[in-house]
Amino acid sequence: MTKITLKVNGKSVSGDVPDETLLSVFLRENLRLTGTHVGCDTSQCGACVVHVGGKSVKSCSTLAVSLEGAEVTTIEGLANGSLHPMQVAFNDNHGLQCGFCTPGMIMTGVDMVNRYKTEGTELTSEAIRAELEGNICRCTGYHNIVKSIEDAAAKM
Amino acid sequence: MYPTKYHKPASIAEAVAALSSGEDAMLLAGGQTLIGTMKNHLAAPSDLVDIRQIDGMSGVSSEGDTLRIGATTTHAEVATNADVKRLCPALAALASGIGDPAVRHMGTIGGAIANNDPAADYPAGLLALGATIVTNTRELAADDFFQGMFTTALEDGEIIIAVKVAAPTKAAYIKFPQPASLYAMVGVFVADGAAGTRVAVTGAGEDGVFRHTGMETALSADWASGALDAVQVGSDGLLSDLHCAADYRASLIKTIAKRAVAAA
Amino acid sequence: MSTGIGDAVKRKEDKRFTTGKGKYTDDVRNDNQAYAAFVRSPYAHARVMGIDGSAALAMDGVIDVLNGAQLTGDGIGNIICGWAVASKDGSPMNMGAWSALATEKVRYVGDAVAVVIAETQALARIAAEKVEVSYEQLSVAASIAAARANDAPEIHENAPGNLIYDWEIGDEAATDAGLAGAAHVTTLDVINNRLSPNPMEPRSAVATYDDSEEHYTLYTTSQNPHVARLVLSAFYNVAPEHKLRVIAPDVGGGFGAKIYIYPEEITCLWASMKTNRSVKWTSDRSEAFLTDAHGRDHVTTAKMGFDSSGKIVGFKVDTLANLGAYMSLFSSSVPTYLYAPLLSGQYNIDNIHCNVRAYYSNTVPVDAYRGAGRPEATYLVERMMETAAREMGMDPAELRRRNFILSFPHATPVLMEYDAGDFPTILKMAQSTADVAGFPARRAEAAARGKLRGIGYSTFIEACGIAPSKAVGSLGCGVGLWESAEVRVNPAGSIEILTGSHSHGQGHETTFAQIVSDRFGLPIENVSIVHGDTDKVQFGMGTYGSRSGPVGMTAVVKAMDKVEAKVKKIAAHALEASEDDIVIEGGEVKVTGTDKSMAWHEVGLAAYIAHNLPEGMEPGLKETAFFDPVNFSFPSGAFICEVEVDPDTGHTEIVQFTSADDFGTIINPMVVEGQVHGGVAQGIGQAMLEQVIYDEAGQLLTGSYMDYTMPRAADLPFYDVSHHSTPSPNNPLGIKGCGEAGAIGAPPAVINAITDAIGSNDIEMPATPQTVWRAIQANSSPLAAE
Repeated sequence: MTKITLKVNGKSVSGDVPDETLLSVFLRENLRLTGTHVGCDTSQCGACVVHVGGKSVKSCSTLAVSLEGAEVTTIEGLANGSLHPMQVAFNDNHGLQCGFCTPGMIMTGVDMVNRYKTEGTELTSEAIRAELEGNICRCTGYHNIVKSIEDAAAKM
Repeated sequence: MYPTKYHKPASIAEAVAALSSGEDAMLLAGGQTLIGTMKNHLAAPSDLVDIRQIDGMSGVSSEGDTLRIGATTTHAEVATNADVKRLCPALAALASGIGDPAVRHMGTIGGAIANNDPAADYPAGLLALGATIVTNTRELAADDFFQGMFTTALEDGEIIIAVKVAAPTKAAYIKFPQPASLYAMVGVFVADGAAGTRVAVTGAGEDGVFRHTGMETALSADWASGALDAVQVGSDGLLSDLHCAADYRASLIKTIAKRAVAAA
Repeated sequence: MSTGIGDAVKRKEDKRFTTGKGKYTDDVRNDNQAYAAFVRSPYAHARVMGIDGSAALAMDGVIDVLNGAQLTGDGIGNIICGWAVASKDGSPMNMGAWSALATEKVRYVGDAVAVVIAETQALARIAAEKVEVSYEQLSVAASIAAARANDAPEIHENAPGNLIYDWEIGDEAATDAGLAGAAHVTTLDVINNRLSPNPMEPRSAVATYDDSEEHYTLYTTSQNPHVARLVLSAFYNVAPEHKLRVIAPDVGGGFGAKIYIYPEEITCLWASMKTNRSVKWTSDRSEAFLTDAHGRDHVTTAKMGFDSSGKIVGFKVDTLANLGAYMSLFSSSVPTYLYAPLLSGQYNIDNIHCNVRAYYSNTVPVDAYRGAGRPEATYLVERMMETAAREMGMDPAELRRRNFILSFPHATPVLMEYDAGDFPTILKMAQSTADVAGFPARRAEAAARGKLRGIGYSTFIEACGIAPSKAVGSLGCGVGLWESAEVRVNPAGSIEILTGSHSHGQGHETTFAQIVSDRFGLPIENVSIVHGDTDKVQFGMGTYGSRSGPVGMTAVVKAMDKVEAKVKKIAAHALEASEDDIVIEGGEVKVTGTDKSMAWHEVGLAAYIAHNLPEGMEPGLKETAFFDPVNFSFPSGAFICEVEVDPDTGHTEIVQFTSADDFGTIINPMVVEGQVHGGVAQGIGQAMLEQVIYDEAGQLLTGSYMDYTMPRAADLPFYDVSHHSTPSPNNPLGIKGCGEAGAIGAPPAVINAITDAIGSNDIEMPATPQTVWRAIQANSSPLAAE
């Protein structure tokens, strides 16, 4: 058991957790932030993606105890008074159906747009598809997810 | 997950001490392989020694034409680092294709090569570049470091500190992925430089990453894709699995190697 | 913006899903929650000799270890298949016993023999590893071929030769005669590859027994909570229906896999009673591969005969189907009534005969997966047409045109009566969108780069809007397939629709509200859709088979008809006018030709205040309808796929995918297109990427995403979707349904394109790089073929 203190969605949180606790479990069970989802057991589906230190990370493959002092943002913390442009874009462009992969898609979308803007590289639809390698959706066929991210990129 | 005990040493010396604290202690860096294995109950380390944030272990520097990459530098950092892109863009390209974006934000070069997964990308890159692996006790040539599937020359308590790569004259890496896992079904890194003319193949060998001496000889004489046409790539010693039988693999090795040479 | 029929209204449900506020079953956690983990057989076929849970029970935090003998001893009934399919000799299908926890035998790797209940999920899983089970291994039949072999093991005592049924449809003698007189006969052997549905949300159940009321509450990932309640009660004896509440909250995709009532939820309910704790179970992905019902798995040989002008004169089909280790709920119908009646495709064929033999094997049970039987039929028919066209030197589009059904309704020789369609127009639309005319130039340009381009067609029809109760009842279905709706107009005028349909991604909260908004001219914000809770909605048959539009929405329309009638009576009385002169539009109830009107909410209030209602009228404004469709509905479409193959590696890129569809009336084009996108993605997945593979010992080799290839964004193109609607005459909205079309029509289009590209028909799905490379090698140097 280790006591950890970190920031989640801007708020300081502490917990005394078994050392093997995954970040995804810490978020869902300890903090009851159930917006981060678990869809696979091989770190491939991306439903669990959150931001750690502003970068996309798979919460199912990170130990909570290794994040002492870290800043974590989950889907619940993305909106800032009003919805984030990525959240709006997914609604505008029908980028979700069952919604299960959606939190991970949105967090991955925000991360890729941020990185490409920083690097000054164009986020083409081909680049978006490549950047979505770690996010699996079974409902949408990705067409509208790509459109949603393109739309948000133009507005972020 | 089975229960485990977490340690966060502040230095390599503390890390070495922590490694001998438990029956079955393992190093934790990015965790992108180890945590998955623990989740599937295929690994159950009694202790985890987290070296990810030890000072001085992360980051890229260069001295003349040689890159020095800290062991806990993430794949994303290697992929975007200005020195890497200048001195060995093929290595940056290799790093940019490992796993997926989220995995690249955590996975490290040290973790990847210490694991030596037979389908990992870095082993092919470092073997073809004739890299040097710097540990807390010695320096090892890549040729001596990679010893077989999931096997390296590392001894108990030995920790990778950095990787040194001399800039090649020409290099390229092309990966043909296994469609499900996206690991290399065949990955070929070709390089020409101070370390010689080298062709390293990952994803394919029963013994892990290997150099193809036939292709190296042909390319030494004539660095051109056409020079590989006459080289025989046999199925012996190649992996055969659901996605890729040995004969198809042999054919892919040749095709991919030719494309890598053309791209270098 | 306009929010009626035909409007691309943005979805109301998105707000919670994009902000992480969706409520899925694994998000549910009760006070004092206990967790279940199942002990599963590592062997595909074995006798269970003994179970010793003592080591597990001794662990701190383990509450109980329960087994099959205890479960069946408590009277929990065996799992049933609800559709009685008879063999051609009249004998009933051989349904083997399936108890939720195995008692004497295990029949597939993953078959559960015991369950551990513990204080945490992690502990339950660790304890489950400590339960010792001794097995006596039996020989294994892990495929159709192995199950049919002379020395095959007997998987169920009452199924000699592992045969479940030997069924047929159509006139064999007439078909044989038609083929005998044909100018050309095309023969084709095809395999329809076994798939795992893989909705992204793994299955989950939270079962809570309240001993003070002797009442159970079950949260479950179900596409049909009422069917679950009925079956759990009437067949599995968990509790009488009035003591069992089933809630399917937000469900993250189903695709058929979440129709069935699985061993896990049955066991959790019973275990909750045994331990007097709320019991929660959530599958991880490996467990999903081992337990979610698989789909497809047919081996077929077929002959299609043509006269000298290319008209089909006979079609004879022989199919072997693998139903797995046990018969799942709808399993018997998928390779029979949901398959063979679609073998006419879009074509005017007089003579069709199909024989289907279904077998047990030591593999996961197989049941309906998106398309259920119709993808298997379409794959066969459309590959047959393309192959025949190539053999006869005819343009594949022309061969289809010569055989299209042109007048409706059209009765086929395999039970179906198609409602409406316009196949030539749709094909032409697709060809124009796909720029078929420009293909030869694109092919030449690709060849100059060393790549092979190919183009492939699929013109398909499906039977959806499942289904007319009497018709399916006569075919052996144990339930009727109507749908229910209750329209509640609240006193202050807002409306709630309680529907027996259940959305798990289809956007019902928006699309169902659109039809109400359209009918009464009300803002869509004033309409709520209630679904998924047996305490709220009285009964419904659920969502699958593309039925929520044609059947579910029609029930809402019928209930709205009754509401409208009562509204008119109330308004006529209040406004002193004739009922015939009352119209409802724009949220107002008006007397035509005057300026007398009442606002909608005033009518609602009048109904509940009841101060001034017509003589004899009951207060209130709430109506129910149960709608039983008179026929299936028949969406159709034309897909054209263009691919580019890298001959050195066998890698195939889809450069263009064109979909022209006829879904009848479209409620929300954005939602409908999304259904096409998702269905096509799954169809491409079947064609190129996905396959469940077992070894001879029945071990599942594709047990995770490391080996089972899920379609990813980089594997797929953008889809070019267009529509041409011929409304169904069989329901008031004219809807045909759209949820399965993509999965049904896409696979043959893709394979036809790849076989065209490489000039060889020797491709089985999935057309992985290795498969395509081998076919190219074999084709280019037959002597060197492996």
